[in-house]
Amino acid sequence: MALSLDYALGVSPYALQTKLDRAQVIASNLANVDTPGYLAQDLDYQAVMSDVVRRQGQGETVNAASDADLLYRIPYQTSQDGNTVELQVEQSKFAANSVAFDTSLTFLNLKIKGLTTAIEGS
Amino acid sequence: MSFDAIYDIAASSMRAQTVRLDTVASNLANADSAAGSADAAYRAVRPVFQSVYQQVQELGQLGAASVAIADVVPSNDQPLQRYEPNNPLADADGHVYYANINTVEEMADMMSASRSFESSVEVLKRIGTMQQGLLGLGEQS
Repeated sequence: MALSLDYALGVSPYALQTKLDRAQVIASNLANVDTPGYLAQDLDYQAVMSDVVRRQGQGETVNAASDADLLYRIPYQTSQDGNTVELQVEQSKFAANSVAFDTSLTFLNLKIKGLTTAIEGS
Repeated sequence: MSFDAIYDIAASSMRAQTVRLDTVASNLANADSAAGSADAAYRAVRPVFQSVYQQVQELGQLGAASVAIADVVPSNDQPLQRYEPNNPLADADGHVYYANINTVEEMADMMSASRSFESSVEVLKRIGTMQQGLLGLGEQS
């Protein structure tokens, strides 16, 4: 079996990219917290990742997340100006997402360490 | 990787909130400015925020939204007319006109703006840490 680096690292690089994309979407929400009529969006992480896993399993090229994967957030409370961003919600999602990013990073690092050990044999 | 886009978004938010704080400062400073006529009286100014969707340059890329100031508009509130015949600015009837500024409203606006500004600072900090972590990928510790 030929060693493919893509295959060796599994889904971790895509998980990292998806979390970074999600950070971008939530940062947009946070920036537009006071923009009238702005609708908060979020990335459907599960849908993106299950697509990545399916494509990888079939040996297809894996697409990055696009606008098609964005969903609108349902606010807990409506506001007069039509803005659906709730500051606390977005802040907690952003924090959780960035910790998840660090976790993916750790997994990726461990995989790279494992590969290095396999290559060097010590 | 789209770190640059996130930095841009956070920066646009900080810029917009700074303009908002500027208008609050201007409104509060002019709360007691008198004028000789209703037209010359100071009117509260407010920024109008607008989201700017970034152009999706290549397929399979996320279009994120930064924020921009569309305009700064004066309020429609009528200036307050007061009878102060001793005021040097008074018109023939002894009236002067004061800016119609609600100080409490301005203070609330200021707190909201500084809160949003702080959340952008937090985003920048976090993204910086994330990028730092990514740079150290594969390093032997």
